This record gives sequence, C-alpha cells and structure tokens, in this order.
Amino acid sequence: MTAGRTLEQELKAAVDAVGGGAPEIAQTATADGLVDVAYAVHDSPVGSLLLAATPRGLVRVAYLDGPGDAQVLEELARRVSPRVLRAPRRLDEDRRQLEQYFAGKRQVFEVPIDWRLCAGFGRRVLSATARIPFGSLSTYKQVATEAGSPRGSRAAGNALGANPMPIVVPCHRVVHSSGGLGGYTGGLHRKRVLLGVEGHEVTAVV
Amino acid sequence: MTLPPFQQLLDAHGSDVFRFLVATVGRGDADDCYQETWISALRAYPRLRDDSNLRGWILTVAHRKALDQLRAASRRAEPIGDALDRAAIGGVEAPFAASDGLPEVWASVRSLPSKQRTAIALRFLTGSSHAEIAAVMHTSEEAARRNVHEGLKRLRREYRNDSR
Repeated sequence: MTAGRTLEQELKAAVDAVGGGAPEIAQTATADGLVDVAYAVHDSPVGSLLLAATPRGLVRVAYLDGPGDAQVLEELARRVSPRVLRAPRRLDEDRRQLEQYFAGKRQVFEVPIDWRLCAGFGRRVLSATARIPFGSLSTYKQVATEAGSPRGSRAAGNALGANPMPIVVPCHRVVHSSGGLGGYTGGLHRKRVLLGVEGHEVTAVV
Repeated sequence: MTLPPFQQLLDAHGSDVFRFLVATVGRGDADDCYQETWISALRAYPRLRDDSNLRGWILTVAHRKALDQLRAASRRAEPIGDALDRAAIGGVEAPFAASDGLPEVWASVRSLPSKQRTAIALRFLTGSSHAEIAAVMHTSEEAARRNVHEGLKRLRREYRNDSR
C-alpha cells in the first residue's frame, strides 16, 4: 500500500482527499452586516458585466472585457472598502431588472443607487444623464449645460466615459449634436446594441 | 497600504484553510470552524495594519478557531476537573480520533498530540515553511521543526509500524 513512498510523499499525495467542498460564507457574512461591497458577474447581450452594490445601493457596473474583474475589484477595495465579497444573491434584483431591460420589458431601473464613486462636475453630468428618458437622446453640450457648464462638452464627455454605472446610468443616450454617435465606455458596438434595445435605428447614424 | 479585496484571500486560501481544519478538528466540525474563521477575519480585516503575510494571518485565525473548537469538545467529553488539568498542562487533545472518512494516513494524523497534528497539517496540507508554522503557532522556528519531526516519527512508528 505504501511501498516505495516516504511518509512525507504519502501525506502530500492524500491532500486532495482531505478537503474540498468548503462551505460558502457569503450568506453568513451578509447576515452579519460584514459585506461592504457585494458583487456578481452577470451575462448580458452586451457581454459579461460585473455588478457591485453597497448596503446603500448599486455602486458599479463594469464591462469585463475592459479592465478585467481583478482591477475593478481592487478599485472598489481601495475606494469603498476592502470587505469585498462575491455575494450574487445580493444583486438578484439588479440582475432581474437588467434582464427585463434587455428583453424590452423595462424602461426605468428602479434600484437604489450609491453615488459615492462620482463627485463634483462628473456627478452633476451623470445625474443629468440619469434623467434622460428611455428612448430619448441628449447631447454632450446639453448634459454639460444641465451640469452648470455650457461650454464643458469635452469635460462632460470625459465624465460620461468614466461612468461607474453604464447601462443603469444611461450614458449611451448621449450623442454628438452633429448627429455622430460619440464615444462609449464599453465600445461603440455596445452603444449601438443599447440604443437598438431602445428602438433607435443606429446603423445609419454612424 | 491598500488591502486587496477580501474575496481574493478567500479564493487564494479558502481550500488550504478548509483542509487544515478538516485535518485538525475533523470533518464534522470543519464547516462551522471554517465559517467562524472567515467571518472573524472579515470582521477584523479593515483594521489590519500589516498586509505582508495575509496567508499567515488567515491560517493563524483558523488555528485559533481550531483550538477553541477542540477545547469546547474536550469540555463536553470529560468531567470539568480533567479538562482543567489538561488545560493546565497546556495541551489540547482531540477528544476522539474517528477516521471520519479521511484518507488513512490523515486519520492517523488526527490522533497525534495537538501541536504535532497542527504542525503536520500546516506543513503538508498548506505547504507552510517551518518559519510560517512558527508564526501561526506562536513558537520558535526550532519548536516548529521539532513538532513536525516528532509528529512524523510518531506516525512512522504507530501508523507504518516502522521503527526507523
């Protein structure tokens, strides 16, 4: 049974049989109020999304082919709290509303939002953006004006590019006044899909 | 200093912690000890001032939970006087050493004296160095080395019937 193997080798060889199937801790941690940032990965028609929420509300939506989840989670650890845990059930309602949106069954997201990653002018631009109704379009100049800086189109563009909650804060509804599509944090192909969900025929717009 | 997202620790060390607990407290209590380990680590995490050895830190928490568990179990298993006597000597023994579905060699590890058992589990389940074992068990590196050595010697004798 043990011929030819040292005791040390035998101990090491049996490691996998000792453990496995460690229990989940997310549920207990949530119940104890110890999860400052809960996150889940959600598959959508515009690719994998990382959704993160604090007890106050949704705080981050990230396209995962961009920065990658490690970088997004490190940023959340640094800017919100290092108590970051994968706790998908905490995001169930957010995920359900996203699914309804992509299925054409929801026009307004009704989830609490935690705005703590947005400040100053950027926050004002994103608040103005959040008020653009489903199916409507606005321009960089218009949201800059609403944010209190009529000549700040470029800065507004930067603030929208840094939107921590794309889709839910609908920066895809902001386009150039010239009629051009402008830019998008997740790439223009996604902006087209999102505008398509909202009934725009965008292949012609570009 | 920026602490990494807690989930990163859980992903990197969760299975080591679980195996360590299965080997030290047994399968029956490993689930509870595992939860308690991570919950108490999560509670303390934002106040952590040194992130240079997070693996050592979490294994230390697991080691403390295992000792608590074994103390509680030995209190349940024997008259209080005996438990106090034992505590006075400083050893915490496993109250029983059922095979517990463990591979035979690891079931034998469970019957070792507590310090040897812990040292062997850290060494061979989590791949810890003698210095890391010393840090987790709050002993000198020499004592860690001795605990591993004595544990192996006893296993050779009692499990393998080998007198070398």
